[in-house]
This record gives sequence, structure tokens and C-alpha cells, in this order.
Amino acid sequence: MVLENLLLAKFGRPTWAPLAVVATLLASLSSPANAMKIQTIKSPGGIEAWLVQEHAVPMMAMRFAFDGGSSQDPDGKEGLANFVTAMLDEGAGELSSREFQEREEDLSMRMSYEEAKDAFYGNFETLTANRDESAKLLKLALNKPHFDADAVDRIRQQLVAALVYAARDPDKVAQNEWYALAFKGHPYARPANGTEQTIATITHDDLDGYRKRVFAKDTLKVVAVGDINADQLGRLLDEVFGDLPDKAQLTPVSKTTPVTGGKQEVIEMNVPQSVAVFGLGAMPRKDPEFIPAFVLNQILGGGGFASRLMEEVREKRGLAYSVYTYVYPYQHASIFSGGVATRNDAMGQSLDVIRDELKKMAEEGPSQQDLDNAKNYLIGSYPLRFDTNSKIATQLLGLKMDGFGPEYVENRNAMIAAVTLDDMKRVAKHLLETQNLIVTIVGKPTLGATAKKG
Amino acid sequence: MALTMLASALPISAARGEPRAAEFTLSNGMDVVVIPDHRAPVVTHMVWYKVGSADEPKGVSGIAHFLEHLMFKSTDKIAVGEFSKIISRLGGQDNAFTGQDVTSYHQRIAKERLGTIMEMEADRMQHLRLTSEEVATERQVILEERRSRIDNNPTALLDEQMNAALYLSHPYGIPVIGWEHEMAKLSREDALRFYKHYYAPNNAILVVAGDVTPEEVKRLAEETYGKVPANPDVGVRKRPLDPPYIASRRLELKDARAGNASFHRYYVTPSYSTAKPGEAEALDLLMKILADGSTSRLYRKLVVEDKIAATTGGDYSGWGLDGGAVSLYAVAAGDNGLDKIEASVDGVLADIRANGVTEVELARAKKSLLADYIYESDNQASLARRYGWGVAVGRSVKDIEKWPDAIAKVTLDDVKRAADTYLDLRRSVTGYLVPDEAEGEGAGQRIERPVAQSLRETR
Repeated sequence: MVLENLLLAKFGRPTWAPLAVVATLLASLSSPANAMKIQTIKSPGGIEAWLVQEHAVPMMAMRFAFDGGSSQDPDGKEGLANFVTAMLDEGAGELSSREFQEREEDLSMRMSYEEAKDAFYGNFETLTANRDESAKLLKLALNKPHFDADAVDRIRQQLVAALVYAARDPDKVAQNEWYALAFKGHPYARPANGTEQTIATITHDDLDGYRKRVFAKDTLKVVAVGDINADQLGRLLDEVFGDLPDKAQLTPVSKTTPVTGGKQEVIEMNVPQSVAVFGLGAMPRKDPEFIPAFVLNQILGGGGFASRLMEEVREKRGLAYSVYTYVYPYQHASIFSGGVATRNDAMGQSLDVIRDELKKMAEEGPSQQDLDNAKNYLIGSYPLRFDTNSKIATQLLGLKMDGFGPEYVENRNAMIAAVTLDDMKRVAKHLLETQNLIVTIVGKPTLGATAKKG
Repeated sequence: MALTMLASALPISAARGEPRAAEFTLSNGMDVVVIPDHRAPVVTHMVWYKVGSADEPKGVSGIAHFLEHLMFKSTDKIAVGEFSKIISRLGGQDNAFTGQDVTSYHQRIAKERLGTIMEMEADRMQHLRLTSEEVATERQVILEERRSRIDNNPTALLDEQMNAALYLSHPYGIPVIGWEHEMAKLSREDALRFYKHYYAPNNAILVVAGDVTPEEVKRLAEETYGKVPANPDVGVRKRPLDPPYIASRRLELKDARAGNASFHRYYVTPSYSTAKPGEAEALDLLMKILADGSTSRLYRKLVVEDKIAATTGGDYSGWGLDGGAVSLYAVAAGDNGLDKIEASVDGVLADIRANGVTEVELARAKKSLLADYIYESDNQASLARRYGWGVAVGRSVKDIEKWPDAIAKVTLDDVKRAADTYLDLRRSVTGYLVPDEAEGEGAGQRIERPVAQSLRETR
């Protein structure tokens, strides 16, 4: 009876679909139409940040990140970064777990963490009236978390319950198997949330060790948006982050690419509908072909009902509720990936249609009309990504993480507009080498001749 | 007191419940709500129809949602499948959703495009065209949607069974997406009959939030929606009512995909539309204290103290036209039995029914709900939804804007009375979701496989 259960949207993507991924990607490629002033500031203590002042509502949002993420989990301790994300409100400094959480509520402050493969992200929101007090609490969480045995065991139980549940969820299994297959031997292949075995071995010292290695000033990136000026933000930055170590101690992660040559794996699960994840390597974020690839993705599977795959798989054939693709540049590898869910006996057909569409696009490229439509959407919709404090902060942090400056926001639409049909044809051929497609399928699928071969 | 302090620190109208939205009615009976927000040059446009799955004829479950899908096909002016494509080309985003009491179509777009969007939405309010082939293909899509959302997910299957048991006669017991065997038979005629009766301006609400003035919206609305004729036959909604609840109900779903065993409990309650003044607000506060997050009573007792549950949760759904519901759940830690978990939950409930909550808890919960309300006000789409849904289930704009005041007025006695009245087992259904050991193969071998999100976020 949760409200969401009562609502059915026309178009949804499964909850596991890499929402963080999508959000960050959009962040990398958008800019508002009207002038949004991004200030680059430096605190008295030398910490840099981007600031967008917006005083209409007495609150602020701050997003920050440290390099590292789950790729810094030691071997055998997979799931450590994720474990840390759940532990930072479980007691810090003088405050017990309960006191900390009650204080958070009393201040109406919001604090949450999530890990990605390459970074550890923090979200912080506060009402202006409580800003100083909220900042003190945030500082405690980052600098003096307890990782008490009692809390560690409690969160461990939750993580294990989540693992057990997810192991039976075809969406999650398909997604994770894809990374395991595509990046075999590289940290990206490892399960970000660990396994029951690895979660069982994680101790106070592991958690504290991770924090000490990863939370440091040299890799910190911060964006603040809302009711705060440059001086106030400078003081807040020093208060919250000033005591962190100067340098992180990160284990180097090598560049990699998804395996080539084509792979397909079926994981049997007793469900009425099979779920497939497919994908292959793509160009790095700063490659000149990345923007054309991003526009191409919009045409293929990134544009909802305006996309080819949606048209062919759902609208014409009724084979799926959701089919989508995205391009995502991780720090050490880029991918073009997508997913579909179809009843078991028609999964082969869905995959054949998708493969054919990718091939067709590689051979012929899109039409001028396709390109114009995609550009119109991407250019016209960009202000929609900048209409709340928290959205602006997320967008800008994504840009910062990709190594761009604030001027990117101004230039972004011109880059999209400059993409030509020739660019698209070249990039389509280059990107969509379907013989390299890696596919993982979970369910009891009936696969046709092509799909069987993989 | 805490609440006053918070409110006075916040000069925005939302926090004080001051008027923010403008409302008016077109001559054909269509209600309009405008929420100015000039921070970005964009608008959120929504049309809410006062119809949902609870208005479906018996045996035709899923037609409200199916029609919502079919509304994206064609009209006299718009070719098949073009609706969303046109909006996309204009740089906008669109979607729609269906609930038990409402069906809503919405777009977010640059403000210059508002007139075009309104023209398109008014057009499909009266000129929908459907072919049998389109209907047959889209029926496959909703069946796939059902598999994705419900059949591939044991928690969703249990939820469906529990709702069916919770309501004795009221159609809230029927899933919004429909029962599969009835969905498979939904026809073009079923859809058009539903469309012609319910899709009319006098049964709809227009909500526009964003960089606009009420005057602009009024002019555009009169030029577009204002020209659509009213349907005099669409009347006040009257659904079958439940008899008094005299016996608690229980059920158990065994499923190989269940993961850790979990305990679930739903109670029938009033909603904001049906409750006596202050009662729904008291239920919101009660559920905040009882079941929301790691400071809640349930979490403290079952997870932190007794260590028998991995996590707990729950909430109050108070936005139904004919009533609301309270839901609670607890996921077993390790192999702790659900009977033990149920006894512990019932202990927490008995205590709160007998003794109520503390003053500190109530003050904290009020502050927390009010802060949620303010944070939500940062988001234009959430604002539009707040007003649209409220008006669609019969609340006034004034009621909606006075919500923070109404929350502030709730007393300890109000919360205790709500708990004692509504956390009555006779009004409830209890559900157990247990792993099916016999079928073990479901996913047993996959335990070592990775996960994407922690349970705390996903359940």
C-alpha cells in the first residue's frame, strides 16, 4: 500500500537500471539556458568548490565526492565501500548512534552517501537556519565515525538480507553478471555490494581503514547550491573538511576495456520474464567521438519513446515494457550498454530485434531527421536538469568529476549542435561492433538461432 | 516550541501555509491550479482525470491503466505514436501514471511551449483514435509491464494478495495494473467506453507549475481546454463500500525468490478525504514515529534492541478518495521466526495504543514532516503533484496549503486515539513472505552474486 505501488507509469525503467549512472551522465552534458552563475571559490584553508547562489528558498544542497569508490575495496573485502556508506550516521564523536540520528532529525538535516565504482559520494542538505549545527554533524560523520561493533553487526545483517534478496532479483543478477563477464580480472568486475562471505569478514578496522585512505583533501570535489554566499561556504568547507588528511592513499586502478569477441551467458532463474543486459566498450569521456556517441545513443535507446529500440521492440511488436541504452564513461573504461525484459518464450526475438537495429545503425547510420530530432531534444531539454538546488548540485558535481571546468555548461549545447551526420555515421560504425556484444540473460529464455550463438 | 521556531526561520509561504497557488474554473467545469515558480524558465504541466482503477467495471480490471497507455496512440491531428515524439522534439519530457483514484498526464518543458502542450493535451481529451491492432500490441506491453513489476517480484505479489484480502467489497482490493486473466481480454471497446465516459473537462484538473502567471495560464486554458465540451453524465464517484471489519485476516506466500522471510501488516484507515479533522494528520505523525527510519519505535525495538529483524519500515497512505491504509513490515535477521517478529511488532503496537507517544517524539516528528514538506517545495514537479492529487481527491487548495498548520495542531491525545482506533487487528491483514525451501533452486546458488542497493533504500 505504499503510494508508489499504486502508481503505474507509462514508461519506467527497472529500479536497478543505473540511475546514478544516468544522472551523472546527464550531468556531464547539460547546461541551463538562462544564465546560472557558477562561482569557483577557495576557502581560507585552501579547499576549492563550485558555488551557485540561489536565495529564493532558505536551504542549501551540497554534493561532494572522494576518488576511490568500490574499486578501492581490498580483495576479499568486496562491499567495503558500500558498507561504509551505511555506517556514517551510526555514531560519531561524542554522539552515540541513536543520539546522532536524533540530532539529524532535530536539525532537519539530510545526509546520505553512496559509492560508485570510481568515487565515494556524499549528499548534504540543510535549512539555512540550522546550517552551522548541521555542518558540525557532517564534520563528525566524516572525521570521527565510531564503527562500533554493535552497529557494524546491525548493518551487516541488513546488507546480507539485501544480498540474499538481490540474488533472486533477475534485474540485479543480470546487471552484475554483465560486469563480471565484461571486466573479468579487473576491479570493475567485482560485486560492488560484496557477497555474504566478504560482508561477513568486514571489521571495524576495515571500515576505519577505508575512511582514512579515501577521505582526503587532495581528491575532494565539492559543489554547493542554494542560500549561502562565498564567505559562508568557505567557512563551512574548512569546518567540515579542514581536518581531513591532505593526501588519499589509493590503490592504482588500471585502464581497461570490456572483453571483445562477443559473449553470452544465460543464468537460469525460475521467473516468468527474462531480463537481458547487453553492452560493449565505448569511447572515453574526453574523446572527440564521445559527444557524437552520446547523441547516437539518444537516437538508439536513450530517448524513451523517441528512440529506435523502443519503436521496434515495444511499439511495433509489444515485446517489452522497457528497453533502453546508455553510454557511460567510467574513469577507467567506457561502455555502451542497455537492457530489456521480455517474457521467456520471446526473449530470443527481442534480442534479435535489438541486434538487428544495432547492426543497421552501424551500417547506415541515422537519418538527418533522426539527428535533428535528437539534437532538438538534447538542446531544448537542458534547462530541465537545472531546476532544483539538488539537481543543479548533482549535475555540476558530475562535470567536476569528469574533469571539466564550469565553462562546460556554457559550451555544451554548441558541442551538441556541431555534431554532423558524417560524425554520426563514423561513430556508429566504430561504436556498434555487434560481434563484440556481451549479453547476460537471467530467466528461462527461449533463444533463437542468432541469440543462441551470442 | 520547535515547530514555531522552524517556521519563523523560513520566510517561504509554503512553510507557513500561506496561499501560494491560484485557482479558477473554466466555463465547462475544468478546475485549474497555477503554482508560480520563477527560478528556471520551465513549466510542469499536468492534467489529472478524476478516475482510476477503482472506477473500473467489475471483471475489466486494468482498463484505467491500459487506456492511459493507449492515450499515446493517435488523434485526428496526431499520427500514431507521435505524441511523445513531438514533445521530445520540442525539448520536453512526458509521461503519465494511473492510480486507484486518479489518472495523470504530465509534461515538463520550456515555458514558451506551454501553449502547444495544452493544445495537444486538449486534443487527446476528445479525439483519441484506436485501431484493434494497436490495442492488441499495447496489450502485450501491459502484460510485460505486469511481469516486470509484479510477477518477477515476490514482494509485489504478496502486496497484491494482501490488498485483495484487506478490502471486502471496495475495489481498492483490485490491483491497479489488473489481474492477468482480465488484462488479457481488455478490448478496444472497453477502452473507448471508459474514455468517453470519464475523459471530459468537467472531470479533470489542470495544474501548471513554473515560470508562468495565473493570467497567462487562464488565457491559454480558455483557448484550448475551454473549447472541449463537458460530459453531463459523469457524476460523483460512488464505489461499493466495505462492511464493518470484524475479523483479522492472514495469508502466507511461499516463494523461492523470497530472500529472508519477512512480515507485513496492513490496516484500513481513513484518508485525508474521509477523516475527521486532524485524524489523518495524526496518522501521518503516528507512522513517522512508529515506523519511519532508524529512530522509529519499530526499528529501535526489533533491529537495535532485540536484533531479530534486519530492517523494518512502514507508512501511512492518506491520499485515497475513499480511505487510507497503514502498512508495516519487518525483514527477519538470519533465521529468526516470523512468529517471534510478529509478537515483537504487536508488543510495540500495544504499547503505543495504550500509552501513546512522548512529547519529544511528537515534536521531532512534526519538525521532520514539515522539513520534508519544505524540501519537497524545492521541486516544481513535486509541487504540481501535491496540488493535483489533492484536488483530484476532493481537497481544496486551502486544505493543501494549511497542512503544515494542521500538523502543528496535532496533540499527544490525537496520536494516541488514532493509534488505538486504527491499529485494531480486526481492520488488518497480516502477510508472511517465506522462502520456499522445496523449490530451492529459485536462486539458492546465486547467493554469492552481487547486489546494487541496500535493502534500506529499496524496501
